[in-house]
Amino acid sequence: MIKMEKVSKWFGQHQVLNDIDLSLNKGEVVVICGPSGSGKSTLIRTINRLESIQGGRIEVDGEDVYAGHMNVNSLRQKIGFVFQQFNLFPHMTVLDNVMFGLVNIQKRSKKESMERARSLLDRVGLLEKINAYPGALSGGQQQRVAIARALAQQPPVMLFDEPTSALDPEMVGEVLQVMKELAKEGMTMVCVTHEMGFAREVADRVVFMDAGQIQEIADPETFFTSPQHPRAQRFLSDVHIR
Amino acid sequence: MLEIVREYWPMLLVGQYPNGPLGGLALTLIVAVLGLAFSLPLSLLIALARVSPVKWLSFVTAQFVRVIRGIPLLMLIFWAYFVVPKLIGSSVSGFTTLVCALVVYQAAYLAEVIRAGIEAIPSGQIEASRSMGSSYMLTMRKVILPQALLNVLPSMTNQFVSTIKETSLGYVISVNELTFSANQVNNLVLTQPLQVFGVLAVVYFIVCFSLSRSLRWLDMRIRRSRAMA
Amino acid sequence: MYLLEAQYLYQMLGGMVTTIQLFIVSWVLAFSVALTLVVIRATEWSVARWLVDAYVEYHRNVPLLVHVLFWYFGMPELLPESVRGWLYQHNAEMSLAAIALGLGAAAYIAEDIRSGLRAIPDTQFEAARAMGANYLQGMRYVIIPQALRHAVPALIGRALLLFKNTSVTMAIGVAELTYQAREIENDTYRTFATYGAATAMYLAGAFLIMFIGARIHAYYAISGGRNA
Ligand SMILES: Nc1ncnc2c1ncn2[C@@H]1O[C@H](COP(=O)(O)OP(=O)(O)O)[C@@H](O)[C@H]1O
Ligand SMILES: [Mg+2]
Repeated sequence: MIKMEKVSKWFGQHQVLNDIDLSLNKGEVVVICGPSGSGKSTLIRTINRLESIQGGRIEVDGEDVYAGHMNVNSLRQKIGFVFQQFNLFPHMTVLDNVMFGLVNIQKRSKKESMERARSLLDRVGLLEKINAYPGALSGGQQQRVAIARALAQQPPVMLFDEPTSALDPEMVGEVLQVMKELAKEGMTMVCVTHEMGFAREVADRVVFMDAGQIQEIADPETFFTSPQHPRAQRFLSDVHIR
Repeated sequence: MLEIVREYWPMLLVGQYPNGPLGGLALTLIVAVLGLAFSLPLSLLIALARVSPVKWLSFVTAQFVRVIRGIPLLMLIFWAYFVVPKLIGSSVSGFTTLVCALVVYQAAYLAEVIRAGIEAIPSGQIEASRSMGSSYMLTMRKVILPQALLNVLPSMTNQFVSTIKETSLGYVISVNELTFSANQVNNLVLTQPLQVFGVLAVVYFIVCFSLSRSLRWLDMRIRRSRAMA
Repeated sequence: MYLLEAQYLYQMLGGMVTTIQLFIVSWVLAFSVALTLVVIRATEWSVARWLVDAYVEYHRNVPLLVHVLFWYFGMPELLPESVRGWLYQHNAEMSLAAIALGLGAAAYIAEDIRSGLRAIPDTQFEAARAMGANYLQGMRYVIIPQALRHAVPALIGRALLLFKNTSVTMAIGVAELTYQAREIENDTYRTFATYGAATAMYLAGAFLIMFIGARIHAYYAISGGRNA
């Protein structure tokens, strides 16, 4: 479903991604972790071209993301993206946020869009907030709306960039719950997160990044019980202390 | 255009002076400086009344500000023409009329600027000062106003540039300032209104633009020196 | 104090109508020019950006009265004789006044809209683009509505100033409210009643603009704050 080959990226002189190789089959869930500044966000942002790459190749659903003829906007409609800071549109109600992609980008009928938006909001447990504005919601609720919004266009792939890092601890659970359900339904997902419980429960593989490189890829059990890379060992002990 | 400047620059700069009354750009600047000099303390008083805990005082000043901001400056100038002589008891010159109208008009605008500055200071500042036992006025004077006035300095300097531009309305009541002088030049030249008023616009532009740029620079200097201290 | 005779009151109402016409026409002109300026300013082309900046600085640093005099006495010089004659026979002062007012206000409105745009975080645009919205869709549905909302209070202030500034055009003989008040005062010497009536009309207009402005602001306000 997603295939990254020798992907490299520089910000000016500074190499942020260094020969990244990573593939996901349909329905697979990969968790990416690693210290701050190691390039995790940059990595997933290259998949939907929020960042460009200078070397290598990325395929999504069999199509070359960076091919000259590729339309960025139709590509992005097939890739749901969830941000750390939610980035809901504050001037639209919850319902309008979720309907936005359907009505305004895909030009679907209001009626059909509304039905789908309602069912998604039901699924994330926010049907009663349908007419609220984002500013009136808690962080956890906002992030669940953001997930519903990303799902609205029925993307086969979902990307999450630290979706729970901006949340108060008591709200992390409700967001992870939605993500877990999604994973169990067979969504192909790349999640940057430090939620190790989540990784253990649903991830097929855990990727450990440091300094722009993938240092280790393993199944969660192996990764958590016997990490190979010394930095991964240190990182895990740090995360557990927190 | 250059010919007009070469021939008539004394008129644009100082009017008939020294053979007649002072006018032109010099008078424009004098009116603006006087306007600001009087409106500044007045606006401070209005702002303080506006935020004061005395209900009626704040209500009255709020209405005053609303009304002044709701009528054109030109209308205010005509009012001043009518009212000021009655208050003073003798007839007054267009110059005095213009200054009086500008003072009242600018005071209303400046008062709002200052009030916004006062209200933007976090309430913790007041609480900290009051909990040390200082009075309301002391807190205002030593804690709130110094911060508020510094914060709104850029808006206040904008108001000064506005005042310079507003003095041009003196033209309507024949105050011999820059615009009026330029019109006199236009009547002398007779055939080149485009050039004469073009020169006039350029003169205002040079004065106002350089002034607002240097005031902005000054403001930045003050802020930077504070940040380093 | 007794009020003015009907004849004068009628004359003054005529002035008010002219004031309102002038206000509306110059506002529409100003807003269209301002949007154009904002779009040009957003391009990468540095010459165009410089020109817009020059336009804005020029209008911010030259008095409105001077613009009005310049447009009325100066600009027609550039027109062919026949057009000029036609213009002066067809209410030239009114149309030239509207142009001078509108072009001047456009500079300020453009700046207000631009600071509204600056207030919207880049992540909003990014979020729209991440969903597959193209540049125009992102601007149209996400950025511009929010930017306009931000700019509403400033724009209301501008509308109020423009309304009041129409009075300046009396200097070129536009028969608006201030002009008529002055005429009536010259005729009757009833200064207090005349200026009182004119002032009341201006205040009514100004308060109406403030009131409508407050309604627009409340309508557009994003409930629940803007911490999304
Ligand atoms: N827009 C940018 N310009 C320059 N450097 C950037 C930019 N975005 C990220 N970086 C740098 O790239 C590196 C990786 O950043 P990021 O992918 O955000 O890391 P992570 O998400 O793992 O914390 C960091 O060193 C960061 O400073
Ligand atoms: Mg990151």
